[in-house]
Amino acid sequence: MASPSPVTPTPLLKDELDIVIPTIRNLDFLEMWRPFFQPYHLIIVQDGDPSKVINVPQGFDYELYNRNDINRILGPKASCISFKDSACRCFGYMVSKKKYIFTIDDDCFVAKDPTGNDINALEQHIKNLLSPSTPYFFNTLYDPYREGADFVRGYPFSLREGVPTAVSHGLWLNIPDYDAPTQLVKPRERNTRFVDAVLTIPKGTLFPMCGMNLAFDRELIGPAMYFGLMGDGQPIGRYDDMWAGWCMKVICDHLGLGVKTGLPYIWHSKASNPFVNLKKEYKGIYWQEELIPFFQAATLPKECTTVQSCYKELSKQVKAKLGKVDDYFNKLADAMLTWIEAWDELNPSAQLPNGK
Amino acid sequence: MSPASVNDNEVDIVIGAFRSDLTSFMEEWRPIFSRFHLIVVKDPDVKEVKIPEGFDVRVYTESDIVKVVGSSKASLFSGYSSRYFGYLVSNKKYIISIDDDCSPAKTKDGDLVDIVAYHLNNLKTPATPFFFNTLYDPYQKGSDFVRGYPFSLRSGVPCALSCGLWLNLADYDAPTQALKPDMRNTRYVDAVLTVPLKSMMPMSGVNIAFDRELVGPAMLPALKLVKEGKVRWETMEDVWCGLVVKTVCDHLKLGVKSGIPYVWRNEKGSAIDSLKKEWEGVKLMEDAVPFFETLRLSRSSVTAEDCVVEIAAAVKERLGSTHAVFVSAAEAMVEWVKLWKAVRSLDH
Repeated sequence: MASPSPVTPTPLLKDELDIVIPTIRNLDFLEMWRPFFQPYHLIIVQDGDPSKVINVPQGFDYELYNRNDINRILGPKASCISFKDSACRCFGYMVSKKKYIFTIDDDCFVAKDPTGNDINALEQHIKNLLSPSTPYFFNTLYDPYREGADFVRGYPFSLREGVPTAVSHGLWLNIPDYDAPTQLVKPRERNTRFVDAVLTIPKGTLFPMCGMNLAFDRELIGPAMYFGLMGDGQPIGRYDDMWAGWCMKVICDHLGLGVKTGLPYIWHSKASNPFVNLKKEYKGIYWQEELIPFFQAATLPKECTTVQSCYKELSKQVKAKLGKVDDYFNKLADAMLTWIEAWDELNPSAQLPNGK
Repeated sequence: MSPASVNDNEVDIVIGAFRSDLTSFMEEWRPIFSRFHLIVVKDPDVKEVKIPEGFDVRVYTESDIVKVVGSSKASLFSGYSSRYFGYLVSNKKYIISIDDDCSPAKTKDGDLVDIVAYHLNNLKTPATPFFFNTLYDPYQKGSDFVRGYPFSLRSGVPCALSCGLWLNLADYDAPTQALKPDMRNTRYVDAVLTVPLKSMMPMSGVNIAFDRELVGPAMLPALKLVKEGKVRWETMEDVWCGLVVKTVCDHLKLGVKSGIPYVWRNEKGSAIDSLKKEWEGVKLMEDAVPFFETLRLSRSSVTAEDCVVEIAAAVKERLGSTHAVFVSAAEAMVEWVKLWKAVRSLDH
């Protein structure tokens, strides 16, 4: 059973966590987050025109990369990093030297819980990542490691230690993360339901991962968090986080790592233009019907014991099975390999077998 | 929530009575239950059951049970398994069943949680077991499928089982509650979600509802602990039933939801006293879970009855040598299907 813990304060992890923020506009939103983010190092990935100057509010410790920097650092391998799409954020994951990453969009603000208090999203993500996940058996009272919860009757005792948590997927109040068709049909719908739960997504179950409010253990799963080829020159957009989520989940399931979803909530303020979104997503909506069966059926050989080897194996399968859906997937499979090469170059020591 | 409309004639509320005086229980539930037909099945150790006026209720005693199933099969319905007799004789589409030590919960606004309306809402809207929706049940008002959810999976599948939750005393096992005697569940999680395909879960009989036409044959009394007692800490019948019905639902492409509605569960029994009994149920789960995890049913099993019979055979073959209680469970499952078919044929 979950050990009876007194409510100990959540560690800040300020020297172990980087906050990665892609931006093309400005970083005004950081002012609202200041009380929660100021202790941390920020990695800003500036998309779009590199000659534009992005102002970072005073008092934050940060490094900023624009497209020129990405090209300079990666050379020809920069081709795997998207341009004119927030998918470029994964460059930030690659250059970080920390154990944990929290990534957030620049139109996401501090939400309030039902008692009216500001939600410290980062603290909740840390709690999620520092406590185990339970992918092998569903606990009907959700995360058993939260204060005030536990494993229910019937939950096998041998499964109560859980597995390490690799990813913490947060949610959004106000503008929900709907696709373009849903946005067009329900332009006024807002997510007002605060669901006070965190839960592990069971092994073998896929989900649509949203990159707006996301944290992960870079040492456990970093190389799998490639956000694909989107934006400029690409036939598709708004599937970057989806792609990363499906690859990541297959690998986590294989390596015995956990993925949580639920709290924390942030306040999503900006509804993007549904017509623009429709153009970006259009192909994805069709391709997804092939992608999902592919990922559901994907298996990785026992010999793949590192994230990198799992990811390279997946890219082979993408080429073999999805290349015929569209040539884009051949390019994507190549880009996946380029990403791993670049990752290993920038992170030379971190080639330990993962998970157990 | 905008509940699907509830037709009084499609619901039976089934209660297994462990106490003789059900007056306070029924009075608490009157605002919610009085519209519906109730089936109360009396545990044999309980003397006559006392029920207040104003309810449309049928009480079944052990002699009623013997009349229907014969004296040799009556033991199937003893103890916590008494309620299954109610499932057997009901002719309604939906069954809602709760323990007799529960009261209605209250929402944050102070209203009574109408478990009938919520359970039926769960059962009457599709389930989505093939892909996880991060905004939980997309069919609830104010929710929908999120970006990235495949469109071909958005019509969902019929929901066969709705598992509710509990405020105050959650359904923990005896060791957990004994270790944390003051722990109370105060967290109202305002969501219901589909339990994904192939994901197993511990079903709690304290607060459930199901579509009898879809999975009635799989909601079965089978696993009886040698030292089964009169408190939930000393049973596993519902947990076993849950493993069976989830396997059947996964195979038949039906859905199982878990979450709201909540009931308020009251104090009953002593966790420490239950702890003194052998942890039989706990040990059994260590064998049962790996078995269900790897169980695959054949394509020829196309009804819930077929599935149960196939599962029973597999239980006997693969778990029978581990513990005699599994052999009895397998036999009980086969008996149950026979009874189910026999009672159904009487209706025609």
